[in-house]
Amino acid sequence: MSDKRTELRSGTDSHAVHDVGGLDFGPIDREDHDLAQWERRVDAMLILLVSPAKRAFAIDAMRRVIEDYGEQQYDATTYYEKWIRAIRNLCLEQEIFSQSELDTALARAKDAMRAAGREVSDDAVPADTSAAAS
Amino acid sequence: MTAPTDVTSPLPRFAVGDRVRVADRPAHGHCRSPKYLRGHDGIITAIHGDFRDPERLAYHRPGLPPRTLYKVRFAPADIWGAAEHADDDLEADIYEHWLAPAGDAPAANEGAT
Repeated sequence: MSDKRTELRSGTDSHAVHDVGGLDFGPIDREDHDLAQWERRVDAMLILLVSPAKRAFAIDAMRRVIEDYGEQQYDATTYYEKWIRAIRNLCLEQEIFSQSELDTALARAKDAMRAAGREVSDDAVPADTSAAAS
Repeated sequence: MTAPTDVTSPLPRFAVGDRVRVADRPAHGHCRSPKYLRGHDGIITAIHGDFRDPERLAYHRPGLPPRTLYKVRFAPADIWGAAEHADDDLEADIYEHWLAPAGDAPAANEGAT
């Protein structure tokens, strides 16, 4: 499927990774589905970050970051995975927190989860999006 | 679409009922005009108002100059060729700097199957 998607997007008439209206990507999944709790949290996080009180960045910046993903990463990630990666990247870009502050906070959260006997996934959000696509 | 802003631009270049063509140029960076509409003709059905430019907001700029945003109606048959629901209307919000008056030259893919 990804090979076909790459082919459909490429050529002299090339498409941006997200701008695929009219290309044959197969049927649209119209099934309703419940959101996981982390997805609700990501949604709330974005609303707070773009709110007039914070204005950490514009929603358009969020779209730009997601649209700049490589094809592999764009196709392999879910809706809210795209959101949380973009939020992370924009917070770094806007110097809301630094990479080392993020690393420290993530390590602390993982330690707390392990201490509580919860499973800690190694499938964390990659620190570098370009590396994640390769 | 974001909420109306404090910004205003000069009088809208187009009026409801005008026939317009979406610019057929590549997008460099964030762009709100989908590729499948570029080069195609449509009719203005509404003027939404003036908004900060998302192409600049996307890079943490103030989004100036403001852009007038229009609702444009397209015929699916013009866009897709053999459209599954040919009687449907297709409406999209397009910013003024992506629109020009529809000329006499044929629109992109006109008559394509």
